[in-house]
Amino acid sequence: MRIEEKFGELRGKKERALIGFVIAGDPTPEDTIDIVGAMIRGGVDIIELGLPFSDPIADGPTIQKAGERSLKAGMNSDVFFELVKKIEGIPKVCLTYYNLVLRRGLDEFARDCSRSGIDGLIVPDLPIEEAGPLLKACRRHKVNLIFLVAQTTTEERLQRILKDSSGFLYVVSLLGVTGVRDHISSGLKPLLERIKQISDEIPLAVGFGISKEEHVSEAIEAGADAVIVGSAFVRIIEENIGDREKMLKGLRYFSRRLKKATQNVRCRT
Amino acid sequence: MELPDKRGRFEEYGGRFAPEVLMPALEKLEKAFNEYWKNTGFRQELEYYLKEFAGRPTPLYYAKNLSEKADGARIYLKREDLVHGGAHKLNNTLGQALLARNMGKKRIIAETGAGQHGVATAIAASALGMECEVYMGTEDIERQKLNVFRMELMGGKVIPVSSGSCTLKDAINEAMRDWLTNVETTYYLIGSIVGPHPYPMIVREMQRVIGRETRKQFLEKEGSLPDAVVACVGGGSNAIGIFYEFLQDNVELIGVEAGGRGIETGEHGATLCAGTDGVLHGTYSKLLQDEYGQIKTSYSISAGLDYPGVGPELSYLLRKGRIRVTPVRDKEALEAFKLLSRSEGIIPALESSHAVYHAVKMAEDMGRDQTIIVNLSGRGDKDVFTVAKALGVKL
Repeated sequence: MRIEEKFGELRGKKERALIGFVIAGDPTPEDTIDIVGAMIRGGVDIIELGLPFSDPIADGPTIQKAGERSLKAGMNSDVFFELVKKIEGIPKVCLTYYNLVLRRGLDEFARDCSRSGIDGLIVPDLPIEEAGPLLKACRRHKVNLIFLVAQTTTEERLQRILKDSSGFLYVVSLLGVTGVRDHISSGLKPLLERIKQISDEIPLAVGFGISKEEHVSEAIEAGADAVIVGSAFVRIIEENIGDREKMLKGLRYFSRRLKKATQNVRCRT
Repeated sequence: MELPDKRGRFEEYGGRFAPEVLMPALEKLEKAFNEYWKNTGFRQELEYYLKEFAGRPTPLYYAKNLSEKADGARIYLKREDLVHGGAHKLNNTLGQALLARNMGKKRIIAETGAGQHGVATAIAASALGMECEVYMGTEDIERQKLNVFRMELMGGKVIPVSSGSCTLKDAINEAMRDWLTNVETTYYLIGSIVGPHPYPMIVREMQRVIGRETRKQFLEKEGSLPDAVVACVGGGSNAIGIFYEFLQDNVELIGVEAGGRGIETGEHGATLCAGTDGVLHGTYSKLLQDEYGQIKTSYSISAGLDYPGVGPELSYLLRKGRIRVTPVRDKEALEAFKLLSRSEGIIPALESSHAVYHAVKMAEDMGRDQTIIVNLSGRGDKDVFTVAKALGVKL
């Protein structure tokens, strides 16, 4: 399923999208299928899978540790694409760092995304200025290259990013790295409004620091079309590594609660 | 054409591979640097600090005893070990701290491996009245206790980093994360010619003073140019600092990397010798990585050379054939450490000892009429515990 179709479907139901992120292969590649299954059952609309990098500068300690667990359990780009193929019935997005893409080859990486049903690619250390070659490869293989914007993003850069964006726009809700926080930033609403003035076509997905229903509601009230929840899911995995059933149940339950907060919202348009 | 170009590229190397949150800050930094670097007042103030506070110019010393031992080319030492703080690092930290102050930032963060850059940052921050926090891997804290204490004495706060390999690359990761979080109030003072553009350019410009002095001093002493200039390479700041002024000359430029336990063992820090192209810490350069692009853990007896990346400009100069690189192993560096200490009464940093070793080897195959300059980038007081341990001496 494609990202665009999913957003269309949700619009019809007057819902916002819940995007769930986990590191593929955490704690082991075998676990990922069941973990994602539990999240889908709980109501996650789009699954974002992290292909871990040894030096993830945009991530906080929770996701870095998950990456280390996954790498230790044998994760690499080959294993990743094989694993992702087995996940079906939901739009899939890959998040990884640029060096892993470069090392495989830009065209090969985009091709393998496409072959394993990945519809979107997020590369947090690849700004628009350096993205030309990968953008080309992604277009060739019909994969959406998804960019990030932040409160610090200037008007000029925002224009440029929106011009090349597809799939959805990843709106960073705060300054800093990924991780669980108490509140979401008050700067989010003005940022979302700033983006909508330039383009109201692309779905806006808010991420970084979103870890509970209140955050989801806050983000949606501020104008988000989707929320991305990562560290909070990863934490459930981390806390239940010895107890698979509890882990899966925890993921299902947490997904359901978050999903609820994206439903029955008053529609903007 | 002057490199880097507008995109921060040294042909294909370099660039700006940074998270979106940092991009505007990097643009601002580039603009501020370009303005202040042309500003006479700024340059005069920096020169004042370099002269009166850091102790520049440093001597270019003819190492007579060492040269006699080598029985070949005459060896000169550029005494960056005599810069205040004990290494060339202060050239850069003074300049960047001054830039940070002019940009209105009150807080400086830095990463450090050997601790030399951390110490130099703490010195500059203290001298200029700024707040300073230094990220340092727990492995390096253990190896460089003395420098940790020195930083603290001067008001620097050392923040231990226990992720990944607990060394320099992890300290850079953490410093970048801090900067991501506090980008509006904080200046990230990178210590080598690595990181996203404009850092490789800024740090090079701050370190070029080494080569400018060296070239002039050598011409005064010998009336000609040297045959070779040798410098150790971790990230590459002391190397580019001394090489840059000789790029257009007929002078051989040699970068010496950490051979560790030998390239063949995989335990080394010889990125230029054995690395492949990729992106780490915001720049496209040579890296130590596996077939999937995961960064390998580097190794060296000297913390300052223990880094799996290298400055993009050195990758470029290597590809152009303008510099040559070679690895020197732990054991050989230790040998040079002892040799220079005993023959000249100068205890070199373990990092610089790598360059000394290679220079002596080269000198042995050259004639008396030939000359080699070694960038003695730091002094070895910080390394005496490591060396004693390696030699089986109990202190």
